[in-house]
Parts: sequence; structure tokens; C-alpha cells
Amino acid sequence: MTENGVFGRILAHGGRTDPYPLYAELRTTPVTPLEDGSYVVSTYREIVALLHDPRVSSDRRNLPETFAGRETGVAGRSPAFIALDPPHHDRLRRLTMRHFGPPGTPGLVEGMRPELTAIVTGLIDALADRTRADIVETVAYPFPVTVICRLLGVPYEDEPRFHAWSTEIVETIGPGEDDMAERQRRRERAASALSEYLGGLADARRRAPGDDLISGLLTHDDAEGGMSVAEVVSTATLLLIAGHETTVNLIAGGMLTLLRHPEVLERLRRDPGLVIGTVEELLRYEPPVHFPATRVALDDITVGDVTIPRGAPIVLALAAGNRDPDHVRAPERFDPCREANEHLGFGGGVHYCFGAPLARLEAQIALGELARRLRGPRLVADPPPYRPSAALRGPRRLLVDFDGVNPAR
Amino acid sequence: MPGKGESVRVVVDLTRCQGYGQCVFMAPEVFSMSGREALAYDPDPPDAQREHVLRAAAACPVQALHVDRVSAPDPDRVPDPPSPDGDGFRRTGRVVIVGASLAGMRAATVLRREGFAGPIILVGDERGEPYDRPPLSKQVLTGQVRAHNTALPRLPDLDAEWVRGTAATGLDLGRRCVRLANGRDVEFDRLLIATGTRARPWPDAAEAALDGVFTLRTAEDAFRLRRRLGEGTGRVLVIGAGFTGSEIASVCRELGRPVTVAERGPAPLVGALGGVIGAVAADLQRTHGVDLRCGVSVTALEGEAGRLCRARLSDGDTLPVEVAVAALGAVRNVEWLEGSGLAAGPWGVACDAGCRVFDINGLVTDDVFAAGDVARLPHPLYEYQFLTLEHWGSAVAQAEVAAHNMVSGQARRWPHLALPVFWSSQFGVDIKSVGVPTFADEVMITQGTAKEHRFVAVYGYRGRITAAVTFDQGMWLEFYQGLIEQAAPFPPRFRTVDRSGAAHPVPAEVPDRVLASHGATVVVTGHDPAERRAWLVHRSR
Ligand SMILES: Cc1cc2nc3c(=O)[nH]c(=O)nc-3n(C[C@H](O)[C@H](O)[C@H](O)COP(=O)(O)OP(=O)(O)OC[C@H]3O[C@@H](n4cnc5c(N)ncnc54)[C@H](O)[C@@H]3O)c2cc1C
Ligand code: HEM
Ligand code: SF4
Repeated sequence: MTENGVFGRILAHGGRTDPYPLYAELRTTPVTPLEDGSYVVSTYREIVALLHDPRVSSDRRNLPETFAGRETGVAGRSPAFIALDPPHHDRLRRLTMRHFGPPGTPGLVEGMRPELTAIVTGLIDALADRTRADIVETVAYPFPVTVICRLLGVPYEDEPRFHAWSTEIVETIGPGEDDMAERQRRRERAASALSEYLGGLADARRRAPGDDLISGLLTHDDAEGGMSVAEVVSTATLLLIAGHETTVNLIAGGMLTLLRHPEVLERLRRDPGLVIGTVEELLRYEPPVHFPATRVALDDITVGDVTIPRGAPIVLALAAGNRDPDHVRAPERFDPCREANEHLGFGGGVHYCFGAPLARLEAQIALGELARRLRGPRLVADPPPYRPSAALRGPRRLLVDFDGVNPAR
Repeated sequence: MPGKGESVRVVVDLTRCQGYGQCVFMAPEVFSMSGREALAYDPDPPDAQREHVLRAAAACPVQALHVDRVSAPDPDRVPDPPSPDGDGFRRTGRVVIVGASLAGMRAATVLRREGFAGPIILVGDERGEPYDRPPLSKQVLTGQVRAHNTALPRLPDLDAEWVRGTAATGLDLGRRCVRLANGRDVEFDRLLIATGTRARPWPDAAEAALDGVFTLRTAEDAFRLRRRLGEGTGRVLVIGAGFTGSEIASVCRELGRPVTVAERGPAPLVGALGGVIGAVAADLQRTHGVDLRCGVSVTALEGEAGRLCRARLSDGDTLPVEVAVAALGAVRNVEWLEGSGLAAGPWGVACDAGCRVFDINGLVTDDVFAAGDVARLPHPLYEYQFLTLEHWGSAVAQAEVAAHNMVSGQARRWPHLALPVFWSSQFGVDIKSVGVPTFADEVMITQGTAKEHRFVAVYGYRGRITAAVTFDQGMWLEFYQGLIEQAAPFPPRFRTVDRSGAAHPVPAEVPDRVLASHGATVVVTGHDPAERRAWLVHRSR
């Protein structure tokens, strides 16, 4: 079914270039019922409330029959924790976190800084004899993918194979223009292939564990119990996709935004510390994730003067909330010095982005280095072409001309 | 911004913190997680950590982390238009604040933020810089942070006169002046009383004087207790299992020391959370190896050569102990107000919801305000009962209301309608509370399970929700806060995630108190302090 109205225009491919005026229109009705029975929420306070509302489920198996096929997981496979509710979600997320962050390994991400810098340095070095490059292809994509592969222990040589599956899965996530059932079939095919691949890898790691995250998940077993192989595979699939399809948009969208605001780019060159605020502001102003996974109302939920009925799918328009004038002053202004920048770039509540610390570090390093090293960068085409997904939005290509590359430090 | 070579000042508003742990990723040497959600941090890390700390502050999803100052000025708030009574005072008035700790400091900051240009005189009887107390029973006792390193973020441009190490000894309302211990009289146009509380001492003075007997309220107390916990190996006796006592016991276990907790009531934390959740706290203590004795009191502390060596308990037992900590609650610092004609006594300093202090007849004054642990305010949501809250978040919220009202005309005064919020971390669990859990007749676990020490408990009084307590589930608290403000019906009947089938209300087992009955309910609306209002609604159920 095709959605009409503002939301339909947002989903339509033409909406990709600049959806923000449409979001402003959407916000005039904080909770908008759609023709298919789902609800879109677009104002900051309401989104935050629903992200922290225990009556809201991320487990699409709670959808009634009438919505069957809407982003339900793949039959028979155990859903990853992004699509589970507490307590199962909490358990799997905690078990995974033991190999990624506090309390078990608090220094892991920060300890990756030298390695991350080296990867970016290498990618930018490779541009040395050029004056034009697609930033997506040369830096924004290969950087986070290399990182997530190393973290998971997935051979980078296999990248072309799972790249296609990952793209297919992501492009069928979230509300879209075309037929739900067809999207579901495509996603299912790609997801099967990807989890078969990761299943094979897990088998190999179980026999010969390494010091990667997948090996850690497979071998760790304590009072709380470990993960089943099926759980390891679904978790690895989630991490691979999440680490693959989001940071690329933050770096590419970030570079685009900086090139559109040359005065900020110039300040960033002079004051590298500004990159911290720049990345936070990008997560607000140009977030890679516009709609997180669809939620389900477990009960009637009254938001303002609208009651979302039990069983209804709920779409949270994070990118619209980020520019809600009732939450931030001058929301349409890109301001890397904003104080107390609370944004929805990584979602919120129990599903708050697992990889956020890594994504932040990656974006800070990549944008910092691009700003410092590219001499006289300018956009070749504005706007650039966009990837089809409305949920995970970002440039498909970002052609930039430049006069040369400054040496690495 | 302070120059190189200095340290960084960090304070986390742990009532806002939801345990996302982003700060730990960014600055693992400054922040740490003990258990799943309980955050601990070094409030005064070396300057080399500055960049990490700034990254952490930027990354905090709820912006609960402040570096080098207590709170950012609020650029979005439109200043009040001039008003005849408030505005003149803003330019020419003179404010004296007695008690230079959390509430006093925050009030001074807010006065400046509100555009108050007159002199501010801060009088405090402690010598050092103002510091944060919650770490004293946590990171400081474990040895992660040094006792004198919990200073509150400094206020570079506060422009106040500091009178340190000097107690106020009297108040003359007629002459509008505060008398100091050094004989000086300090005149004021408006006064803020923020003298907080002190630890209730062990009642037998000779026993209290034994080497090895401690209380815990100040940085100096923490310094001495930490030294003793760090160097010995013998048994520690904690007398009283309120929050402070329980946290001390938790630290002892973390340090591997044997510890006995003697609690006169039926379980730990009963006075704050009731018997049902108290039983969970008891289980938590015992799981971590605490020798917890409930319904037991300490009858004598005995020493040899002036050094504590034994404790006698009402259960007949005699324990060899090396250290005893009396965690018996607090005594309000109101003695200096004796004879002032204000409604100040052991119950605290009574004031209205605008933090204006009552005189002894119950009439409200207009130039004397109170905030923080010493203040006792009526709360509309709790049938206008007067509450003393003794929580970090309440001290901050009341200081803001008091400071705003000190410089605002009648029509622009704010009521203090913030719900009480509290946190504690013990035994690796992050405990949070919103509302008044003792204002309840029933309690129900709505999410998670008590057995795993990971749950949300909702408290109800006569069919409406009055409080919620979480163990390692802090992210849900705001939702329940909304329900309390709406006086939503109890027991909650909606479906939620993580609901175990057996959930049903049980008697809350709160300590006896007089609960009046009403046919009406008060609800609170609004988010910003300027727009928060209480409404009376009559419900037919
Ligand atoms: C060990 C410990 C752990 C805590 N943990 C938590 C926690 O986890 N969560 C939480 O929410 N809260 C906690 N609290 C409570 C919190 O610290 C208090 O609510 C807060 O300190 C109150 O601030 P205040 O400014 O009102 O009072 P105080 O901090 O008590 O300050 C009052 C100041 O006034 C001074 N003073 C007293 N009399 C005079 C006088 N006559 N003249 C001049 N100065 C005077 C005092 O010396 C003191 O400096 C804890 C408290 C302690 C002691
Ligand atoms: C800039 C880059 C990124 C952005 C903007 C982003 C954004 C988000 C958002 C908005 C969510 C919430 C989804 C929901 O609520 O349904 C999320 C969840 C998640 N993200 Fe990210 N993400 C990024 C990078 C990463 C990386 C690099 C990883 C892996 C290391 C990752 C792993 C995850 C996982 C596992 C979840 C699910 C968390 C849960 O359900 O508890 N993300 N992300
Ligand atoms: S909410 Fe903020 S302060 Fe609390 S743990 Fe998370 S990042 Fe740290």
C-alpha cells in the first residue's frame, strides 16, 4: 500500500534530498495516524517518552495478524536483541557488552584509537595523487567496515559477499514506498544468506577461537550462562549490519554538511577539539538513522490527544524530533558549539545504540582527518545522489574535488 | 576556562543519569561501572584527562555530566519582564546564604543566572571548598577517590563574598542580620538557610569517643573512616541499615572485610522503601556476604585502652569488632536559629512550597528562604504533608526555586513541585526512587523480578500511584514519574514488557504514619519549573 500525505512524500524517493521541511509539516500533528493503521510520532518530547515507555515493544512478533509480514524477523530464526524486549534483550545485550565495553572491558573502544587513526590515515594517503574522490567509496564506507570486521573477526576479503546481503537487508528495513510483502521476501532471502555465512564462521571459531568478539560470545560462560550458537549468529548479524550501514552515512553526511558550511570546516582545521561538538551536532542535524525499528503498542497509549491502540505499529521519526523547535533553539541551524546537545541520533532507552561509542570515535577521527588533510575541498554536485532507504538515510556517492592532500601527522 | 596544570572538576547529576555508560567508554580512567548500571567517577581527575572528560560530557545521552561548573546557563529561558517588586531587588538587594554546600552553592549560581547584581555573602563553617557528599560513602571509602577530591565544580565568575570556616550563631530578624561565631554581624535583605544536617552521633558519648567508632557526613569523616577501612582486616560493625549504612556495608564487602549490619527494624531501607523492597535489600546484603541482623540493636560498644574492641548486641551476641560506624540518620543544623522566631526545630525549617520560611506562628515570611536537607516543605501531591527529603536532587531543585523566588515578584514565584528523586549504589546495584515510597499502602513489581534484584516496583496509596523504585532499571523511571504526576490509578493494569505473570499488589509494609483521607486528588502538570502547576481534581471512582 502506498501512503499518501506528508509521510508518503517523505518515503517517496524525492523526499530523500531534503526531508526536513516535510518533517516540519509532520510535527504539526505530533502523532499522525497512517492509512495502514500505524502511527508516526515526530515531536521530541513524545518520542523520548515512547522510547522510555514500557508499554512499547520492539518485538514485532507482538504485532497482530493484520500486520503480519511487517518487518517480522525471519521465521524460525531467533531475533537479534534490537528486535527483542527485556528481559531477553537485556540478557543478550549484556552478554555482548562484556566483550565491548563496561563493566567488563571498559577501555576497549578508547584503546582502538591508534588503530582507527592508522586505518583512516591509510585511506586518505591513497588519495594523495588525486584531485577528485568519492568520499563514500574511498573513506566513509571502507573505514567502518574494516573496523567492524576486525572487531567481529570476519575476514575483510569476504566483504563483497556480505556487502550485497547487508545492503539488501537495510534497504528493505523500515517504512518504504513499495510492497511490504515483497520487501519482506527480499529481506528474508538476504538475511538467510548472511546468517548462513556467519553460522559457518561461528563453527570455525568454535573449533579454533580467536580474540575476536564472535569467539568471545561463543566461549564465554559464567554464572549467567552463555549464548546459544543461534543467538551468537543473530547477534553477529546485527552487529555486522549496524556497523556497516550507519557510520558510513555519518561520515559522508558529515563531510557534506561541512562542505556546505565552509566556516565550520575552517574552524575545525584550526581547532581539532571542535570535532567533538561537530559530531554531536551532526547526529542531531543529519542523523544517519531517521526511523529506528518499528515499535508495537502493547496496550492503548495516549499521547497528547491521540490514543494509539493496542497492537498498532509505531514509527518514531527521530530526525524530525531532532529539529523540534520546542526542544532546540534555532533547530535548522548547524551549530557545532551547541550546549547540552541532547539528540535522538542514537535513539534512547534500552535500545540506545550499542555501538555509539565506537561510531562517535570513528566519525571524530574520520572527519577530523579529512578536514585537516584535504586541501581546498569542494562539492562536485549538491545535492549528491542518495541511497534509497528513508530509514537509514545517506549519500550514495559524495564526489569532492580538492587541490591536494596534506601529509599525515 | 582554567589553565593547564589544574585539575578538571566533574559532577554527574546521578538523578538524571540513566546508566547508559557512554562516559565510561570515553574516559575509562575517570568513570566506571560497578555492576550493570551503577556509575562511579572521580570528581577531580588530573588535567591530562580533560579531553576524555569533554568527550564523555558531549556523549552523555541525557546530558547529566557537567565539567568545571554546576550547570550551564539556560540560554533558552526568556528572562522575566521587569516587575516593580522583583526588579529593584535584583539590582540593589543584598543576599546572605548560610551553609556553603550543595544547596547554598547552587542557589548562588542561580541568583546570578537570574540577573541578580547585588552582593552575595556565603557563610559556611567548613574550611575547604564546597564538595559533593554522595561519593563519600561510595568511591571514597573504596579508595578509588581521595576524600578531599570531591569538590563541586567551581564557579569562576560567581563574584560572591566567602566567609569560610565560620559558623553562623544567631539570627536577628528585626535587624535583619546574621550573627557569626567571630562576632561579626552580617546584614541581609534576603536570607537563604541552607545549613543541612549532620550525622546523628552514637548516643553514649564515652563509647562514641573510642578509637574505631565513626560517623559519616563530612569529607573529614570519610578520610578517617577510609584510612581505617583500608589498613585493617578485622570485622566492621555498621549500626543502622539506611542508605548510608547499607552503602558502607557494601564497600566493606568490596574490600573483602567481614561486616555485620545491626538494624533495629525488620529489614534494611525500610524507613525509605518499606518492608517489601527492604526484604529484597536484605537478600542483596546476604548474597554479598553481609552478616545482617534485623530486629537487633547494639547495646554497648566496649574498648580496651581507649580502642574499640567489642560490641554487645540485643540478640545476646558479643562480637569482636575493629571498626563501628553509627549510621543512625541525621540531625538538622538548626540550633543557630533558636530564638529567631522562625519555625525551626528538630523537624527542620518549615517553609511553603516556594521555600519561604514560616515564622513560629505558621505565618510565612517573605525575606527568609530555606533549601536542601534542612528545609521542610509541603508537597501538593502528598496531601500537602510537610516533607524533609535529604536527597541530592531535592537540594538542587529547592535551591533553584528559592533563588528564583528571592529575586522575583509575587506573581512570578515558582512552587517547588519537583518530585523527590533519589539514587543509591550498593552491592553493584543502582537503586533509584521517584516520589515518596513511604506514602503508600501497597506495592507491586511491574517489570523484572525481585529474585534477580532487577525490577521496577510501583507504590500505591488509596488507588493512585505515589512512587516508583527501580533496581538496575533506571531507564524506566521517567515513565513512572509521569504516572505519579498524573495520579494514575493503582494498581497499574496496562501491559508492559518484562512483566512476570505473578505481578500483583501486596501490602507495602511502610512504617506507621498518619495518612489523612481525601475525596480529591492533586495532579501536577508542566515540565519547566516556570510552568509547573498543581491542580485539584475530584474523582469519582
Ligand atoms: C555519605 C553521604 C552519601 C549520600 N549519598 C546520596 C546519594 O547517593 N543520593 C542522594 O540523593 N543523596 C545522597 N546524600 C545526600 C546529599 O548529599 C544531601 O542531600 C546534600 O548534601 C544536601 O545538601 P545541603 O546543601 O542541603 O546540605 P549539606 O550538604 O549538609 O550542607 C550544609 C552546609 O552547611 C554548613 N553549616 C551547618 N551549620 C552551619 C552554621 N551554623 N553556619 C555555617 N555553616 C553551617 C555545613 O557544615 C555544611 O557545609 C548523601 C549524603 C551523605 C552524607
Ligand atoms: C553513526 C553510526 C550509528 C548510528 C547513527 C546508529 C544509530 C542507532 C540507533 C538510532 C539505534 C536504535 C535502534 C532502535 O531503537 O530500534 C541503534 C541501535 C543499535 N546499534 Fe547503532 N548506530 C550507529 C553505529 C553502530 C555501530 C558501529 C554498531 C556496532 C558496533 C551499532 C550497533 C547497534 C546495535 C547492536 C543496536 C541495537 C541496540 C539494542 O537494541 O539494544 N551501531 N543504532
Ligand atoms: S547517562 Fe550519562 S552520566 Fe550516566 S552513565 Fe550514561 S553517559 Fe554516564
